[in-house]
Amino acid sequence: MAEKLIEIKNLKQYFNVGKPNMVKAVDGVTFDIYKGETLGLVGESGCGKSTTGRTIIRLYEATGGQILFNGKNITGKLSKSEEKQLNRKMQMIFQDPYASLNPRMTVADIIAEGIDIHGLAKSKKERMERIYELLETVGLNKEHANRYPHEFSGGQRQRIGIARALAVKPEFIIADEPISALDVSIQAQIVNLLKRLQRERGLTYLFIAHDLSMVKYISDRIAVMYYGKIVELASSDELYQCPIHPYTKSLLSAIPLPDPDYERKRVREIYDPSKHGYDPDEKLELREITPNHFVLCSEKEYHQYKKQYEGNCRAAQKVR
Amino acid sequence: MYMDQLRKDDFEIVGVKIEDTEKISQPSLSYWKDALNRFRKNKLAMVGLVILILLIFMAIFGPLISGYDYRTNDLANKNLPPSAEHWFGTDELGRDVFTRTWEGARISIFIGIAAALIDLTIGVLWGGIAGYKGGRVDEIMMRIADILYGIPYLLVVILLMVVFGQSVGTMILAMTITGWVNMARIVRGQFLLLKEQEYVLAARTLGASTRRIMAKHLVPNAMGPILVTMTLTIPSAIFTEAFLSFLGLGLNPPLASWGTMASDGLPALRFYPWRLLFPATFICLTIFAFNVIGDGLRDALDPRLRK
Repeated sequence: MAEKLIEIKNLKQYFNVGKPNMVKAVDGVTFDIYKGETLGLVGESGCGKSTTGRTIIRLYEATGGQILFNGKNITGKLSKSEEKQLNRKMQMIFQDPYASLNPRMTVADIIAEGIDIHGLAKSKKERMERIYELLETVGLNKEHANRYPHEFSGGQRQRIGIARALAVKPEFIIADEPISALDVSIQAQIVNLLKRLQRERGLTYLFIAHDLSMVKYISDRIAVMYYGKIVELASSDELYQCPIHPYTKSLLSAIPLPDPDYERKRVREIYDPSKHGYDPDEKLELREITPNHFVLCSEKEYHQYKKQYEGNCRAAQKVR
Repeated sequence: MYMDQLRKDDFEIVGVKIEDTEKISQPSLSYWKDALNRFRKNKLAMVGLVILILLIFMAIFGPLISGYDYRTNDLANKNLPPSAEHWFGTDELGRDVFTRTWEGARISIFIGIAAALIDLTIGVLWGGIAGYKGGRVDEIMMRIADILYGIPYLLVVILLMVVFGQSVGTMILAMTITGWVNMARIVRGQFLLLKEQEYVLAARTLGASTRRIMAKHLVPNAMGPILVTMTLTIPSAIFTEAFLSFLGLGLNPPLASWGTMASDGLPALRFYPWRLLFPATFICLTIFAFNVIGDGLRDALDPRLRK
């Protein structure tokens, strides 16, 4: 398989450590991101998706675990030059297009922020040329450069945010719910822009979202997160056709489709974590049910899931 | 006409062109231009601004056009009522009240603006660092500010006046030694709020230094409240100066300030009311002007009030 760009090993992010209100936002997460792929990260609100993204890009200091970027550990203290290099390789697109652009700066200054910080343009002229080029890449006009963010629509602002991230020519972009604040027609526009950029520039994405249908459309693989842990990780087709973990099944059963026949039959499954009936000494870990399909389970469940998978999914796959 | 009779070339796109969908028709408006427009619409604030401009103009040129000196005694012409000769009359030493009023305006406005600027500098730095760093740094810095704020103000002033002598410098020092706490609190509150904004996070992921984040992102966005606090600090400093001078803790003669003039004029209120009337009126006018400007700025700079 392709080269690993990022390896996340047992990443932990706790808040208020040692206080009674300690929160384990991310609790021992392990996954890899391959070069050039899009990994979707889904889960309900507050399950730690965004925190995972922000910890990877070092907005938060990880409580435990390791993050390897191109094989190099990037948690803990880094030297100034290492940090600067990393800032250029890894970028982020934010959720709220209204809060992610400084209202006092012109679009040109916003986009050029990375260029200015890293000294990527030698002259004023070169800087402006880069800005125009970036504006064009995301489908905006040159004349927009001297305007202020409040003059733009949500979709346009989000594209400005993308242009800002692209300015430093990153390899890896964390998209933290980049479309959830936009209306549906604009969502498609942004997602297609992201896909096009990936094709043209060989970008790698970590796509955080809660809209499952959109995630399936953009992602190669999907990780499902629940209460700070990854419960299932598989390629997106596999995950949609053969969900194994009950939480994934519950999530998938919540997707409405514009098909009245299907909707009439759709049964909403409710996930009840107590149904697992784990013993306190049972070891839960991500186990590979079939190649590249991981599920968080105990030893006992592993065999059960495996049998279940052989029974249901193999048959289903053969029919198709 | 039936559906099958319609042909494709019966139709023509008359409206939107694809290229036009991304265009913005409104003229580009920066935040400050927009705020200025809203400020202009506020009549009371504009009245305040006109009053203030007139006052500053007179403070600069008033002493020149009267033809008198603010400190030369003329005992033959003392306590004269307002006349063509002495527009605001003369005081008990025969000095021209008109000249002294504008001389006093210079000192009052100077003290007000100087105090506000010093408050601004210390307050923004102190509050900014406390708000941005947060945690223990914030805790310690703000407790220091609280302690300063808790010291009885008049005691500090009297102490400083005794130690350093009565002068304009001491007066400004006395006002700013605790005055900046207010500004620091406001800036800290703003910074605490702003540093969690996504555009600040975006700047951090781009590798922006703390100084850059402060200067480019935090201070410009906190400018509204900072400016409003500053315009409201100026009248309170002017008032404090007048109040201290009135109590005899202010400037020494022959220097004129509105406070000392009012203080001198008070005993003569029954016989020569103009000696109190003029400085008192101008204190009121100045404070009124700054206050309505401050209110107008607050309304103009608050984006929630944008129409």
